[in-house]
Amino acid sequence: MARSYGDSIPLKVLVMAALVIVASPAWASLGGDTASIQADQVHMQGRRRTTAAESYAVHEIQGASGTVVREYVSANGKVFAVAWQGPWMPDMRQLLGSYFDQYARANQAQSGARMRRGPVLINEPGLVVQIGGHVRAFAGRAYVPEMLPSGVRAENIQ
Amino acid sequence: MTDFRKLSIFMTGLACVISVGCGGGSSPAKTNAITPSGQNIAPISVNLGPGASQGVTYANGAFASVTVCVPGTSTCQTIDGILVDTGSSGLRILSSALTISLPQQNAPNSNPVAECLTFLGSYTWGPVKTADVQIAGEKAGAVPIQVLSDTAFPVPGGCTSSGMTSADTLTTLGANGILGVGPFAQDCGNAPACVTTGSAGFYYECPPTPPCTATGEALAQQVVNPVVLFPSDNNGVIIELPAVSASAATVSGSLVFGIGTQSNNGLGAATVYAMDPGTFSFTVKYNGSSYPGSFIDSGSNAYFFLDSTTSGLTDCTSGSNAQGFYCPTTTKSFTASNEGVNGTSGTVTFSVANAQNLFASGNDAAFSQLGGPSITGTPSASNPVFFDWGLPFFYGRNVYTAIEGATAPGGTAPYWAY
Repeated sequence: MARSYGDSIPLKVLVMAALVIVASPAWASLGGDTASIQADQVHMQGRRRTTAAESYAVHEIQGASGTVVREYVSANGKVFAVAWQGPWMPDMRQLLGSYFDQYARANQAQSGARMRRGPVLINEPGLVVQIGGHVRAFAGRAYVPEMLPSGVRAENIQ
Repeated sequence: MTDFRKLSIFMTGLACVISVGCGGGSSPAKTNAITPSGQNIAPISVNLGPGASQGVTYANGAFASVTVCVPGTSTCQTIDGILVDTGSSGLRILSSALTISLPQQNAPNSNPVAECLTFLGSYTWGPVKTADVQIAGEKAGAVPIQVLSDTAFPVPGGCTSSGMTSADTLTTLGANGILGVGPFAQDCGNAPACVTTGSAGFYYECPPTPPCTATGEALAQQVVNPVVLFPSDNNGVIIELPAVSASAATVSGSLVFGIGTQSNNGLGAATVYAMDPGTFSFTVKYNGSSYPGSFIDSGSNAYFFLDSTTSGLTDCTSGSNAQGFYCPTTTKSFTASNEGVNGTSGTVTFSVANAQNLFASGNDAAFSQLGGPSITGTPSASNPVFFDWGLPFFYGRNVYTAIEGATAPGGTAPYWAY
């Protein structure tokens, strides 16, 4: 899983990178503030490093369980997106915070059509969630479209 | 109608018969041989599934019958309508479909063990029990399986925190169970998160007073791909399904146990595509880009790939019975390339038709041109964009899945071959 951020953020917007390892309690989630990210780190018993881009920063938490979570924080200090990758699903209740209920309801709403087993794709006003992969290899992302900093596209969140 | 137009329609029909290319470019007719019977061969059927009686119908679900017995006894039950899934490992059966009483697996502290398995869109929850498992002439003794029930033990918060929905009843699962015959041996594996800390969130112990709490589960106690416990024919499976021209009400095929272990399950001319053993995936190349998290999965019911922008395929209307699939106005053909980590590659040509139209009759269960969107964005080493070759990929191909750690001909397992 060790990799450079050059993979995920266009090099031209990469202006600074710093490794930060901290551990202090708080609560973190989509829509929350920077301080709250530390809660996810504690929850995941993970190591965190932070990368700053032009209009946002990425906090990556390498969880003890093997799943990596990335939280995207805008210049005004709000988590506007989260992404994850690894063998198990992360705790979505923790990651999505106040958006969890909307996400879970949308999952329910997707039932009832022809039985479908495939990627989870939720595209609602105020919330986009995409989850793919299979048992033992999951990846996904969630973001609040209205909170995306100018010029940031969904594919930057990964 | 003028004679000229009649002639034109006739000629078009004739061209379809000759070229097998009607409806927007389906693949050439496949000539895979279906091995009909044998001690190591279970018949499988693509049909609407056992949920049809409750109004819940499957698209592209392949179902088998499985016999489970109280270990060491002749108290047995045969259950049909079990979904054959090469994307997971382990046998899971609805509590509501079981009429025999299987012994509960207990943790070292005597608390019963239960499991939460997260799939895409749903989870299964329920106790881990032990059964002798028989499929066709193959038998495995004392197999840990999952019995799906939301009431045997209350579903813990750690299980619902995925936000997925429960799939522990016939109407929510659309099947009587899942037969996971995927490329990994155990469903969780030997990572510390599985066997010691329990942080993977798979296994729980359930004290007399709820809630159940996450726990590590030793490898030998984990819910296991039953194939690895067969005395022989235990290195993988082949799914054999005939070609489907567009739609069919039912399709019959075979689930063959073992690869190269008998005269009826040789690799033959199949090409081996080795998987990344860490992620059980390989790379698909499409339109100059690589999609490294791609996989073949009989439990996915469509070609899930790209998105509406990159594929040029319209998403089906939200709220319709085809939600989550593609609904193009005209059938569209695609060509991609599969690349094994062992360096092999091969072209895949497939077509996607309008799912709303495919589902219109309500009677068809097999669709060779059913597609749906994956995740948006530009693929990169870290981007979760992938091709998911679901059951339509299996029509007209004999698809081999070799299990991790096993010895199989033609390459190093885990691999797919076809």
